[in-house]
Amino acid sequence: MKRHLLTAADLDRDDATLVLDTAAEMARLTEGRSVKKLPTLRGRTVVNLFFEDSTRTRTSFELAAKRLSADVVNFSAKGSSVSKGESLKDTALTLEAMGADGVVVRHWASGAPHRLAYSGWIRSSVVNAGDGTHEHPTQALLDAYTLRRHLGSLDGRRITVVGDVLHSRVARSNVLLLTTLGADVTLVGPPTLLPVGVDGWPCQTSYELDPALAKADAVMMLRVQRERMSAAFFPSAREYSRRYGLDARRFALLPDDAVVLHPGPMNRGMEITADVADSDRSVIVEQVTNGVYVRMAVLYLLLGGAS
Amino acid sequence: MSTPVSEPGPSTRDFADSPSILDADDIARALTRIAHEVVERNKGTAGLVVLGIPSRGVPLAKRLAGRIAAVESTEVPVGALDVTMYRDDLRLRPARALEHTDIPPGGVDGKVVVLVDDVLFSGRTIRAALTALDDIGRPAVVRLAVLVDRGHRELPIRPDHVGKNVPTSLRESVRVLLDEVDGRDAVMIAAAGDGTR
Repeated sequence: MKRHLLTAADLDRDDATLVLDTAAEMARLTEGRSVKKLPTLRGRTVVNLFFEDSTRTRTSFELAAKRLSADVVNFSAKGSSVSKGESLKDTALTLEAMGADGVVVRHWASGAPHRLAYSGWIRSSVVNAGDGTHEHPTQALLDAYTLRRHLGSLDGRRITVVGDVLHSRVARSNVLLLTTLGADVTLVGPPTLLPVGVDGWPCQTSYELDPALAKADAVMMLRVQRERMSAAFFPSAREYSRRYGLDARRFALLPDDAVVLHPGPMNRGMEITADVADSDRSVIVEQVTNGVYVRMAVLYLLLGGAS
Repeated sequence: MSTPVSEPGPSTRDFADSPSILDADDIARALTRIAHEVVERNKGTAGLVVLGIPSRGVPLAKRLAGRIAAVESTEVPVGALDVTMYRDDLRLRPARALEHTDIPPGGVDGKVVVLVDDVLFSGRTIRAALTALDDIGRPAVVRLAVLVDRGHRELPIRPDHVGKNVPTSLRESVRVLLDEVDGRDAVMIAAAGDGTR
């Protein structure tokens, strides 16, 4: 494995499989145990550096690091010196001076984790926890882990990813990782929400949702990211959900064993209806549980051995 | 640039011509004896849980549990305990892939746990196993069964049941081959200076 995890492209098939297998062992080592803690990263410090709001990803990384006995420092832009105008470089130098072994970074600017990893400001391993509209590799790993639990091998499996692909770092990372693992990915969304150059990605694209559902082994609904939208990408929320929302009628088009994923947080009634989100084939809550195991695996593999 | 050729790992190469110190029959007899010893010491199979340490401790544990079951005509819970996350040398090497941990449904609380490994050497693996066991529960007793004890302990740990004591020099290496993993049963010792230990 590489020293940093910045993009899903950092993982070849062997690395990705190693992370998923390790995550499965992490699940085995902590589920149903009285002591849900492993001593592996004792004495190491993990800094959660969050320049953007997040509950589940930050909590998930924090829990993962704590389950491995690392010391965790949470550093968020709000209420820190960043809100006083400190630059990324100065923040990084501060962290380095404090002796961080691993830095988990979420940033509103695409490429910020890469800058942090390769600028020479810090010596620690960097994990991208979401950068702008670029990538979110641990989300893709937890999605792949969840899919593998339900579908077995991902070779030749058809995964349909629906919605706001343009603003979605989850979609980018998933296309890369799922195709690395052998799956066929189809992106579905309105033309305005598919990025320019998407035809160069290793996946198919479609503007119509219904035809893509009948043969899908899994469907992943993306959140419509209103906060990143500076223009009108579709006429109205109602029209969007009528054309691209997963409701009971569309859910019935899916094969009987297909599962529904969503990276959260959900806009219920927008991209997914409540009855589908709460159905027994929705694995959305399980994704959160699996996120902790996958992040434990990533932290262990990046920080656990000789540096 | 040379063409990559898949060559046998150092251990296979080093051991290819080495004489075996235990053959398949010896291993079978040793395991049968250990099975009887375990049952005798425990006065039956009550509370017994057999846990193998990956990788080769696991098939040995299964065989041992099978023999105990044959002797006493009752099933004995058997599982696997991976100690990678508890090792004291994690920082010395790149992060390693984890092996399966599989604790039988009854758990280990109040049980008589028999740890099984192929070779007992420094004792550090067993130290890690005892720490790992701590996080799973509180056994009444923990015992240690090994196929080969090669000496050179670095910690105050001793086995309760030994297949064969093999005095070795630190420069020698001992390798256990098992049918389940390697396609045949044998214990071999490589001559001094032959590489891996």
